[in-house]
Amino acid sequence: MSAVTPIDLPVDEDQKKTLTRGERKVESGFAKGTKRRLTSRGATIAALVIAILWTIPTFGLFVSSFRPANEVRTTGWWTIFSNWGFTIDNYTTVLQSGNGQLTLGDAFINSVAITLPATAIPLVIASLAAYAFAWMEFRGKNMLFIAVFALQIVPIQMALVPLLQLFSRGEIFGFPVIAALGSSGYTQVWIAHSIFALPLAIFLLHNFIAEIPAEVIEAARVDGAGHGQIFFRIVLPLTMPAIASFAIFQFLWVWNDLLVALIFADGSVAPMTKLLAEITGSRGQDWHLLTAGAFISILVPLIVFFSLQRYFVRGLLAGSTKG
Amino acid sequence: MSSFFTWLSTLPAIAQVPIIIVAFVALIGILIFFIEIAPRRGRVYTILRLAACILIPLLILVALESYTIAIIAAGVLGVLFFWLDYRSSQGAGYLFQLVGFLAPAIVLLVIGLVVPTIQTTVQAFLNARGTDFVGLDNFIWIFTQPQAVRTVLNTIVWVLIAPVVSTIAGLAYAVFIDKSRGEKYFKILVFMPMAISFVGASIIWRFVYTARPADQQQIGLLNQIVVWFGGQPVTFLSADPWNTIALIVVLIWVQTGFAMVVLSAAIKGVPAEQMEAAELDGTNAWQRFINVTVPGIRSSLVVVLTTISIASLKVFDIVRTMTAGANNTSVIANEMYTQFKNFEQGRSAAFAVVLFLLVLPIVVYNARQIKKQREIR
Repeated sequence: MSAVTPIDLPVDEDQKKTLTRGERKVESGFAKGTKRRLTSRGATIAALVIAILWTIPTFGLFVSSFRPANEVRTTGWWTIFSNWGFTIDNYTTVLQSGNGQLTLGDAFINSVAITLPATAIPLVIASLAAYAFAWMEFRGKNMLFIAVFALQIVPIQMALVPLLQLFSRGEIFGFPVIAALGSSGYTQVWIAHSIFALPLAIFLLHNFIAEIPAEVIEAARVDGAGHGQIFFRIVLPLTMPAIASFAIFQFLWVWNDLLVALIFADGSVAPMTKLLAEITGSRGQDWHLLTAGAFISILVPLIVFFSLQRYFVRGLLAGSTKG
Repeated sequence: MSSFFTWLSTLPAIAQVPIIIVAFVALIGILIFFIEIAPRRGRVYTILRLAACILIPLLILVALESYTIAIIAAGVLGVLFFWLDYRSSQGAGYLFQLVGFLAPAIVLLVIGLVVPTIQTTVQAFLNARGTDFVGLDNFIWIFTQPQAVRTVLNTIVWVLIAPVVSTIAGLAYAVFIDKSRGEKYFKILVFMPMAISFVGASIIWRFVYTARPADQQQIGLLNQIVVWFGGQPVTFLSADPWNTIALIVVLIWVQTGFAMVVLSAAIKGVPAEQMEAAELDGTNAWQRFINVTVPGIRSSLVVVLTTISIASLKVFDIVRTMTAGANNTSVIANEMYTQFKNFEQGRSAAFAVVLFLLVLPIVVYNARQIKKQREIR
């Protein structure tokens, strides 16, 4: 489970227009003459208070992660001016500490190695399926699409244990069907993440792919392109922005995930979230390490978030506005 | 297949990424190639199609090291499919293309979600080792054991509090900053927690909640505030029942940003004329908000509330990282994992089913909405 979920509920037509309009205004920056201060001073102060309340916890963690271990243990970070002192020792220490099997530095690499394929694979598979749902006719299409859509709200808790049995013993319903995957590194995690991402990915990408003007597809068909070429040379390039914004979500989703990692990534392939949760349990009072470790793990999502914020907001509103 | 993955896992982690992606892209490339040539006429293409129909399922099962019978069955099914496709009313090759596009996703979904969901449902009626049928025992256990009942109640508390508070906070903030100077930066500040993992957020808040003995300096901000006001430091995470609230605060902290962004876009979409008309009628800001803005963004409000409700029902990471369910803070998703770790598969499955049943009304609502939409088109 991650903190981020794009809206996946359809809204009615009027509302869709309202949201699209609002989204356009958000993006154009509404710098035009319409900018008129309607808000009162009180509202601004209230907003300021909320903004500060929301930021202080992260800020405290950030400051503490750079303070010497002894200071973190005995004084609050807000006394930083009377207990001056900064160090990066916490970071070097925490990158080398962990459990018996791996350090946080290894776990960082694991996180990268898990996240990149688990982002790319479901996106490709989902866009294939989304294309069929959008541009091919077949009986039972609507029913199948609704079934896929409904799957996205099946809690992954329902699937975890049987899927683990399939991977580790090759069994479905206790009957052996395939060879067990055994100890094969990240494979289980990649496959599990890919499967769990599919329903939402198919639904969102379908919304974008279906919006391509029919004339474009028709023109390509007249020029002799088959479905394979249309998909590869027209649909993929045209939906790149949508794919990019879903990729950001999937990236954050996988990077931030704990549950799937706990079940499928054991031992030396554990990502950072799993190791951090473990350290929190075993060394919960070593705040100089925990603050530094937590900051390393949130650094990558924050970079992604700040550099790709536009896509992020657009993707968040995607389900509702392009529905 | 498994030997390929075993070999892959011996490589350095970073080398595995490009290899698996290249292998995957190559597979998809082959698939798209077959899809492209499928509808073409001529004997060569027909033979190619027949070969693909038989060989692809065969090779997949061989790669998975399945049983000979299954492999042969896959080949026979391939021939059957080729024949069906050949006789298809939309022309030979149409079914082939369709299956090419849909099969990877559908097969993965069936294997990874549909079948496991059924298995878990069955498992909920079996004993811990999954050998004997025990009827409703697991569910009876959940709804009679005080600990387990508490778990269910906690989940309900989460769903009642988190969505409402974060939606109200997000809405208020969106209204306050609407058209103010530096709106963009205001947004970033509240939106930022959404990028942070629940594990990271939990550590951040555990630090805020830390308590130290009264005679020492506090290092947790919240307890320092308590002390400043002359109180005694409180161990927020073990003070039953308020500790659940302390955990819910973390989810609210994260989800308010989501509510704010969506509702802010919705508010900006409310036609300016309506606001002006209401202004001319002499309404004050509050009346305009209640009578114009809120009805205008109603369906966005519903969307935000349901989305956060689903998130609160499934909440796991926060509880796991902050308390691991100690001191009566456990929720259904956490208990499902704990029971699984204790080799109580039946109970674990029963918890998963309860969770599913709680989410189900939202699924039904969603499916009906989407159906309605498709009918409009």
